[in-house]
Amino acid sequence: MDLTPLSNADLRTAPLRRDHCTLSDWSSACAALDAGRLTLLALWGEAAAVRMALLDEGARRIGLLTLPAETAFPSVGRHHPPAQRLERAVADLWGLVPAGAPDARPWLGHGAPYPFLPVEGDSLHQVPVGPVHAGIIEPGHFRFTAQGETVVRLEERLGYVHKGIEALMTGAVLARGAELAGRTSGDSCVAYQWAFAQAAEAGLACPAPPRAEHIRAVLAELERLANHLGDIGAICNDAAFAMMLAQCSILREGLLRATATAFGHRMGKDVIAPGGVSRDLTPEGVAAIRAALTAVAARLPRLVALYDGTASLQDRTVGTGRLSPALARQFGAGGFVGRAAGRSFDTRRSLPYGPYAELSFVVPARDEGDVNARVWLRIEEAQASLGLLDQLLSGLPGGPVQSGLVPSGPAEGIGLVEGFRGDVFVHLALGPDGRIARCHLRDPSWFQWPLLEAAIEGNIIADFPLCNKSFNCSYSGHDL
Amino acid sequence: MRKFLLQGLTSRPLIEAAPLPADPAVEELGRALQARLRGGLGRSLTIRAVDAGSCNGCELEIHALANPFYDLERFGLHFAASPRHADVLLVTGPVTRNMAEALRRSYAATPDPKWVVSAGDCARDGGCFAGSPAILGGVGAVVPVDLHIPGCPPSPTALLQGLLALLERAATGA
Ligand code: SF4
Repeated sequence: MDLTPLSNADLRTAPLRRDHCTLSDWSSACAALDAGRLTLLALWGEAAAVRMALLDEGARRIGLLTLPAETAFPSVGRHHPPAQRLERAVADLWGLVPAGAPDARPWLGHGAPYPFLPVEGDSLHQVPVGPVHAGIIEPGHFRFTAQGETVVRLEERLGYVHKGIEALMTGAVLARGAELAGRTSGDSCVAYQWAFAQAAEAGLACPAPPRAEHIRAVLAELERLANHLGDIGAICNDAAFAMMLAQCSILREGLLRATATAFGHRMGKDVIAPGGVSRDLTPEGVAAIRAALTAVAARLPRLVALYDGTASLQDRTVGTGRLSPALARQFGAGGFVGRAAGRSFDTRRSLPYGPYAELSFVVPARDEGDVNARVWLRIEEAQASLGLLDQLLSGLPGGPVQSGLVPSGPAEGIGLVEGFRGDVFVHLALGPDGRIARCHLRDPSWFQWPLLEAAIEGNIIADFPLCNKSFNCSYSGHDL
Repeated sequence: MRKFLLQGLTSRPLIEAAPLPADPAVEELGRALQARLRGGLGRSLTIRAVDAGSCNGCELEIHALANPFYDLERFGLHFAASPRHADVLLVTGPVTRNMAEALRRSYAATPDPKWVVSAGDCARDGGCFAGSPAILGGVGAVVPVDLHIPGCPPSPTALLQGLLALLERAATGA
């Protein structure tokens, strides 16, 4: 399978060509996915076409296929299960039917009664949970089929927070697109706004100034660190170890306050915009961030020791919710979910952007794939982010933070940014008037949610909150 | 672990002084509550958070309310797992088509007297998602709202101000 000639280097700086592929290209891509030679990065619909982004992990290259389609297209999910939910979403949103698809049920559209998969067997019972959950989390439905206490199948039903984000994007000006991108999954607002900006800048061949890229990376690492700390605490809390949540949330709050001091918003929302950043980083901002980082660096090792040394906590996390490396690889699972199960892919290292190529950092990886491995991944990534932030803050280049980008069209570009949860993919097409003709945002959760179904199998229902939190997939980013 | 707990005994608490209720919030709430308040609640309110379609940003700040800096339980405010145990529904997000029924049912399951607080710019009128056919609008489009807390997302302080205002009214009006 020959990928569209996009090298690793020009991916984020070059506008995309819009070539149509043939049916046979499409089927050879399906075969390559099936054989594990390529990884599915995204699959989405648009007016009269369906598109697929593919990753060649060995060659570190991304390819894009565009298949003209009026009403139907040959199903990819038939050969490659990770594509199934994406195709169902294409059918819901664009009316393009994946021909030959093994699962024809709607996914994001909730108009009609939903037939759950049939279950057969002795002494099975079902436990429906959600969409409104007991905790303060996003809505989604989980249908557990259990034998005694043991889960024999979990079936997820998502789409409850579908807001029509991609439809709102169409026809919008870039600034409005950036606003929506930052509100696709609130916990990853920086990653989304960066990926969106990247796509615009690549399409218009107008890169952001180096200082802006550095500031973006500062924001992205702060976001990663804050989320990892919050989630390490929350996972332990789901194993009834509340002290860890309290301690981690103190550190998280310190980071959010520093972000507010430096950037005017606790989560750094709306700082990144196509063309650069809307706010420069002042010496006072740097000092506030440094102070928060010092506090984290001082306290984190003690929290890690606490996690490592509490046998009752380890008893809950070790061996729980195990994800097999084969599945992680097949689904191209990003972030700590993939890296805790042997798939060592991190956009920052594998397809570097912004300042990451010049920075030194470790990308931790493990093979066990259980809750414990995911917790450790979070810990090690948090430590890596501390190191990255130190390098970034000491090496801030001077110069402007805006490139003065002028939207014009037609133009197309791709953005791919490592959010705390995994790689956020954005495809952006601008029309002749410089307005958004089509924007597709693919959350890493698309390839992680299905794996949660696999990881929970054989565990007890009572361990589901722990498993779910250790994945921490986004509902909103997925439901769009 | 013992070391941690001992240190906790000797170090200073992180907790912040209670923020003063913001005036507009108190105003907005006053009339609605006076008319609707029946029976005493003591000095406690039980809250059920419902995400009716948020981007999850608002949820992060609601979570932050429980951290040692804000510690909302000291005000007698706490979160319940079921709307059946709640006095207040704290609703975030625009209401999506797919969540409207779940929100209606959560409201119906909440015993009287009850209040609905909508949190975040989306919850007022759909915010940046207004106009999408996939949403019905703000929270008020589906259930009656007593108080709105603005912000994207509202900071924990803003959330606390709003909720405290609600608590004050509930106590004095009883
Ligand atoms: S108000 Fe802002 S943070 Fe809250 S749900 Fe809406 S977009 Fe997200």
